[in-house]
Amino acid sequence: MLAFFENLDRRWIFLLMFLVVAAAILTQVKFPEKPSPMVRNVFRTIEDLPDGSSVLLALDYDPASEGELQPMASAFTRQCAKKKHKLFYITLWAPGVPMIQRSIEILKSEFQEYRYGQDYVNLGYRTGGEGVIKLVTSDLKRLYANDVAGTNLDDIPLTRNLKNIQKMDLIVNVGAGSPGSKEWVQYAATPYNIQMVAGTTGVGAPPLYPYIPNQLAGILGAIKAASEYEQTLLERYPELNENEKAQEAKRRMGPQLVAHMLMIGLIILGNVIHFSQRRREISQ
Amino acid sequence: MKQSTIIWTALMVLGGGFLIIRASTVGMGQAYVRLVQVEPEGSTVSWTDRLGVDPKEQNDADVRLSWPRTIGIWVAALCTLSIFSFLYGDNPLYKLAEAVFVGSSAGYAMAVGFWDGMINILFRNLWPELMRTTFIPGIDETQDANLLFLVPLILGLMMLWRLAPVGGWISRWALAFFIGATAGLRLLAYFQSDFVAQIQNTIIPLAVFFGDGSIDFAQSLKNITIVFGIFVCTVYFFFSVEHKGIVGKVSRVGIWFLMITFGAGFGYTVMGRIALLSGRLEFLFDDWLWLIDPVGKRIGL
Repeated sequence: MLAFFENLDRRWIFLLMFLVVAAAILTQVKFPEKPSPMVRNVFRTIEDLPDGSSVLLALDYDPASEGELQPMASAFTRQCAKKKHKLFYITLWAPGVPMIQRSIEILKSEFQEYRYGQDYVNLGYRTGGEGVIKLVTSDLKRLYANDVAGTNLDDIPLTRNLKNIQKMDLIVNVGAGSPGSKEWVQYAATPYNIQMVAGTTGVGAPPLYPYIPNQLAGILGAIKAASEYEQTLLERYPELNENEKAQEAKRRMGPQLVAHMLMIGLIILGNVIHFSQRRREISQ
Repeated sequence: MKQSTIIWTALMVLGGGFLIIRASTVGMGQAYVRLVQVEPEGSTVSWTDRLGVDPKEQNDADVRLSWPRTIGIWVAALCTLSIFSFLYGDNPLYKLAEAVFVGSSAGYAMAVGFWDGMINILFRNLWPELMRTTFIPGIDETQDANLLFLVPLILGLMMLWRLAPVGGWISRWALAFFIGATAGLRLLAYFQSDFVAQIQNTIIPLAVFFGDGSIDFAQSLKNITIVFGIFVCTVYFFFSVEHKGIVGKVSRVGIWFLMITFGAGFGYTVMGRIALLSGRLEFLFDDWLWLIDPVGKRIGL
């Protein structure tokens, strides 16, 4: 039996993983979530702001990370809209513009009282990475004279008197890499003491932990944290329970669980094979 | 016939047959839009916006089948399957999807970069009147040309000079300026956020007390672990002293801390990859094949 596994073609593992994840998605299995203290911190940071506060939503990711990060961006958008915060969307990634559009579609369909230019604005993308952050913290209109559609910022009520982002009550960054959360901490949150929370991919979460709690109020790491965040949002705003679109990350946790069980099983199996092989070699 | 050829042929025939039956009976992979007339206040210009709607609203009078979005769903689905096929082995479908991805990404980045960098920043500042009458009507009529932007224009042209057959050295001056400016910018940010602020973050009490004077064991343990972990990891990266004796033992503990960190990182990575896989499969099963309907997009169809 062990000899069979020793020479197993890795494509069987791929197929097995595909089947396991596919089965969990097709059966739409869901599990209860218990929000961690970190997730509650992030939630409270937005929730404790007075209604109508100014929030900069920097969505620095592309379609490759959408599966992991869009649920976070959607949850942040819903919570901010519930609190009637003024939203300023911005991205440092060229493919980030359609990602912002997805969040704006939530405002258009679920929060129809939200008016473009009065309650939210889409500043879009500017090339330059951290240089963009450096400029928007000092003189935003030197770089952003107009919004994503070409409308002059002086003609938009929300941005007419906006000099820079230092007066923002909070920066919310959803980032998949560089430029992303780290750069927002380095060039905006730390030097200008602006409160900030971040949502990142699993790979990007560990390097951000040292910034907590002084430079970052909290982070959401990967889909698990996104799922817990959705749960916190549902507990605070129970009317969202009827909105299945507000439970995207929770849906993704079913496949996560079964895939992780399979991974753990394979790691144990791999170790059993390794040690039995070594014992056989020693005995020979 | 080769075994792989038989497998591929069987998969193609079975998959194609399933798609034909599914599309002709239940329906699949269609996208609908609602036509919304936009008339901004105080403006004589109006246009029609196309907002994506769920297929269950397809019978509404102002809802239409969107061919561009429908084709988009099919292309995305077939490209996803083509990329997945690499897990079996390299093949022409994978190569095609890879080439499409690289080409479209490069084209998109170039178009967006040109529009945002050149039109929206450089040309807008150098020739505001021309840009107002052509590409960006929202530019303020009182805006004058900012001749300071001649500097990045000249530096940009110098950078492009490397493509010329002679005088390639000219590009090095522009490159030197760019590297120097970036290094200065980053040095300052790292010093402030990652050096000074990180030292500040490490100066924490090892014994934490509640308001009533009793000790908060959990927080105290957490703080001790942070300080101890930083100390042993710093010792591991301190190479001015040979790692033997007490230094060797401490640095070995540092390795353990680093290994636990890498393990946590690996776990996060696995979670991220599975999330991406389930995101793609959900797209295939929901938006393309209409096998599941988690958000009730097709109720009543």
